[in-house]
Amino acid sequence: MTDQTPISREDRVEKLKGVGSQRKRVEDARFTQGKGNYVDDIKMPGMLFGDFVRSPYAHARVVSINTEAALKVPGVLAVLTAADLAPLGLHWMPTLAGDKQMVLADGKVLYQGQEVAFVVATDRYAAADGIEAVEVEYSELPVVVDPFKALLPDAPVLREDLEGKMVGAHGPRKHHNHIFTWEQGDKDATEAVLAGADVVAEEMVYYHRTHPCPLEPCGCVASMDKVNGKLTLYGTFQAPHAIRTVVSLISGIEEHNIRVISPDIGGGFGNKVGAYPGYVCSVVASIVTGKPVKWVEDRMDNLMTTAFARDYWMKGKIAATKEGKITGLWCHVTADHGGFDACADPTKFPAGFFNICTGSYDIPVAYLAVDGVYTNKAPGGVAYRCSFRVTEAAYFIERMVEILAIELGMDAAELRRINFIKADQFPYHSALGWEYDSGDYHTAWDKALAAVDYEGLRKEQAERVEAFKRGETRKLLGIGLTHFTEIVGAGPVKNCDILGLGMFDSCEIRIHPTGSAIARLGTISQGQGHATTFAQILASEIGLPADSITVEEGDTDTAPYGLGTYGSRSTPVAGAATAMAGRKIRAKAQMIAAYLLEVHDNDLEWDVDRFVVKGAPERFKTMKEIAFASYNQAIPGLEPGLEAVSYYDPPNMTYPFGAYICVMEIDVDTGVHEIRQFYALDDCGTRINPMIIEGQVHGGLTEALAIAMGQEIAYDEMGNCKTGTLMDFFVPTAWETPHYTTDHTTTPSPHHPIGAKGVGESPNVGGVPAFSNAVHDAFRAFGLRQSHMPHDHWRIWKIANGLGLHG
Amino acid sequence: MIPARFEYHRPADVASAIALLSEHGDEARVLAGGHSLIPMMKLRMAAVSHLVDLQDIADLSGIRIEGGRVTIGAMTTQHDLIVHDGLAQAAPILREAALQIADPQVRYMGTVGGNVANGDPGNDMPGLMQCLDATLHLVGPDGSREVAARDYYEAAYMTARADDEILTAISFDVNTGGYAYEKQKRKIGDYATAACGALVTMEGGTCTAASIAMTNLADTPIWSEEAGAALVGTACDTAAIDAAVAAATAAIDPTEDNRGPVAFKMHVAGIIIRRAILRAVSRA
Repeated sequence: MTDQTPISREDRVEKLKGVGSQRKRVEDARFTQGKGNYVDDIKMPGMLFGDFVRSPYAHARVVSINTEAALKVPGVLAVLTAADLAPLGLHWMPTLAGDKQMVLADGKVLYQGQEVAFVVATDRYAAADGIEAVEVEYSELPVVVDPFKALLPDAPVLREDLEGKMVGAHGPRKHHNHIFTWEQGDKDATEAVLAGADVVAEEMVYYHRTHPCPLEPCGCVASMDKVNGKLTLYGTFQAPHAIRTVVSLISGIEEHNIRVISPDIGGGFGNKVGAYPGYVCSVVASIVTGKPVKWVEDRMDNLMTTAFARDYWMKGKIAATKEGKITGLWCHVTADHGGFDACADPTKFPAGFFNICTGSYDIPVAYLAVDGVYTNKAPGGVAYRCSFRVTEAAYFIERMVEILAIELGMDAAELRRINFIKADQFPYHSALGWEYDSGDYHTAWDKALAAVDYEGLRKEQAERVEAFKRGETRKLLGIGLTHFTEIVGAGPVKNCDILGLGMFDSCEIRIHPTGSAIARLGTISQGQGHATTFAQILASEIGLPADSITVEEGDTDTAPYGLGTYGSRSTPVAGAATAMAGRKIRAKAQMIAAYLLEVHDNDLEWDVDRFVVKGAPERFKTMKEIAFASYNQAIPGLEPGLEAVSYYDPPNMTYPFGAYICVMEIDVDTGVHEIRQFYALDDCGTRINPMIIEGQVHGGLTEALAIAMGQEIAYDEMGNCKTGTLMDFFVPTAWETPHYTTDHTTTPSPHHPIGAKGVGESPNVGGVPAFSNAVHDAFRAFGLRQSHMPHDHWRIWKIANGLGLHG
Repeated sequence: MIPARFEYHRPADVASAIALLSEHGDEARVLAGGHSLIPMMKLRMAAVSHLVDLQDIADLSGIRIEGGRVTIGAMTTQHDLIVHDGLAQAAPILREAALQIADPQVRYMGTVGGNVANGDPGNDMPGLMQCLDATLHLVGPDGSREVAARDYYEAAYMTARADDEILTAISFDVNTGGYAYEKQKRKIGDYATAACGALVTMEGGTCTAASIAMTNLADTPIWSEEAGAALVGTACDTAAIDAAVAAATAAIDPTEDNRGPVAFKMHVAGIIIRRAILRAVSRA
């Protein structure tokens, strides 16, 4: 079995396709051929379909529900209402944020599209006919869609179930529509700095309500086997194990009798983290009927009811010396959570990690307060392609720095440079409580500015302004700058949990006798390419080719427990678990190799894919040989086999960063924009697969483009959702998507086993302020300070009109 | 997004289709490309008990150019318009406009007839057909008749077509003058925030014919006779174009929607109309 093929070290490294390899995505063979297996592809014998009667009103009392006619529709088997679920205690369910949410309308509805009744039928068509036949009588109540108005003394009471409860899951409530106040930092010290500062820039920055809008909406298939008492639940779950635990806690079914499977998932972006009424109703319907029940949202259901993102009103004050050194930051957020608090944040962080809002800057003192508010809008507030509320924080600080630059009459690039945390300040303790692991912001910044010829752009912009004033052009040029710092990879169990579940993650590896392997993880890919990249991490750790390693996720019966995929936590947490499990494999392999080579463990050194006797390079055992021996050779003192499991509790978060620059042309007369150039430099620490990173950056930037330039969930005064279809909810096509130039620096995380930080969300976090700052910058010469997103044609036109540029 | 139950009919000739419409009255609708009707049915905003699919009626498709006249069958797709060489010569504005309708997948299915007949103010072809002074050919139980595109539209989704009539073809004179179709939209697939078709013929530096029509700026397409008249007889200088734009914008009546409020649309319409005229003049 000795492999004696002479092969160079470089060739052996190449063959592994380990960390750093541009390995092609192994998932794509099935996805590009339409052979993926998504929830809606699952078909089971006798399977039924469930769908919802939804409220047309944003706030109304449910006077009566008459299901008689619906039950007569051919194919309709049952119509569930809150009255049916109440005896089981399932008419309400806990949210991930410590609140509770109606599964089906219990006496009233709080937002348009809220679930009122669940129609179960033999097929989708019958269910749709049944929905139309359910007669619901509503009595309309006054609607509140503005979080500031919701806090007025005479505002209507939205959550009657909470009346009199003046302490919520996150402390005292100040008003009947108030959820929590979350404070960080030093209020008195910050206010003292503001009072004595040379310059204070003050502004309200709104990050509008939008939606993750994954290509595949949410759905599930619940199948209760009444013979063996086992419940199988297929679903679009970003956290299958957490869903299993939640289902067990809600239903009382013991956890070993629940099997949750996340099959292929067509994008999540935070939308598929939470638990939805559809899951509960499908499970109940399966128990009631004894048949599998499928529920799959349509696009309107998805946009109007399952988790939205953002809706943060961020009032900021930033203090500086007249030379531009930032001396303090104050922020108050009014957070619109909709009808229920269904954010998906770690328990101790009701506003997520918004306290990363000091950004990339060395700000000595800061204060943050966030007030959560109920309104008559859909619940959610999830992290849409970002770590918990990090994109809000990045947008806030990157707007405040631009506004400060205006106040100081300074160049915004230079203002950033003089305030960046310096490379020798890491690990850096921020004024709002974080320990930044590593960074080199100045190097990244200078590289980015040089790459776009920043000086040249500013010169061109100044000339353009002059030409505009002379009437020679109607187009302005905007240069959008951003330097963002993320906080991802939640997180250390000591302060990060969701519903009490610690936010570790896991990897279990089994090496097969012939030198291939299977690795199972507690995460679940939704398009990130885990099967590709985790195999690469492992290939580098254990010296078996990535092509010989199967990565499996998403089945709670086989995968080790983990908290799932969101908040860029897969690589920082499960990726670390993978490396650590790999190292356990390698440690045992070293003992086996020592036995086979008849030397002491310490006489061996690791070399790519083998252990070599120190000083005798011709004496070695490859990992493939060791794998075979581990099963088939009796080795004194060692159990047979080669397996390992690691549960990784990260010592800290990781802090990816980047420098983005957007150059935008704006037609002042029509509000139409054109992205002339977009440069994105990312530093995500160690780069596992540069091709996948580039794909992630392109995707994240395109979502950022959407959010900044048009995408929103908008309501009218009556609480009607005005953007419930893709006609009005902007999702860019190839046509609207510009060319992106990607670049990188590499500053490894000092505490992550392979130095990786996570990258999937960086482009959304950094992209939104880059696009938005470009719009603002184009009008800076004419006096614009702040104009809220999304910057669609009419809002850009409105800026120009307001500045008197239409003559 | 599931339509209510309906009967599906697929007649092989126009007479059979008319017979089905006569039989089922206002419970029946004809189906062309389906890109307006099917979504309305899926949203249950349109209840159609009998759907009469026209795709098997071969006579309804195709583009004919004879004797200075272009005739386009109602079931001709937007894609057919784009790839037809003769049409690109005979009426280049149609190709330019068709390329601005939705995306290739929609254009493979969406038909000229459906676009024209439906009366959706967001559709591009109605304004274009008014710009070209097209004639619409309708067939019903009592035979065929012709209606000028400029007389066809009454209000949103309300047209001169009776419930039991089918639009079979559209015809217009070859137009090789200067042309332009300008459209501002939020994204591919969107209806226009403002759109304008312009046809301008110049002879010896003087405009001899001009036609200006607008899309999605009122509840019907708007052809402005005054805008065209403001150009005819002039050298299409700034003053004439100002007058044409003023006349055209006076004729529109946009409403507020997610694209923006009325003031914005009025302003953008003025810009788009001016650009269309300028580009048409530059090609004349």
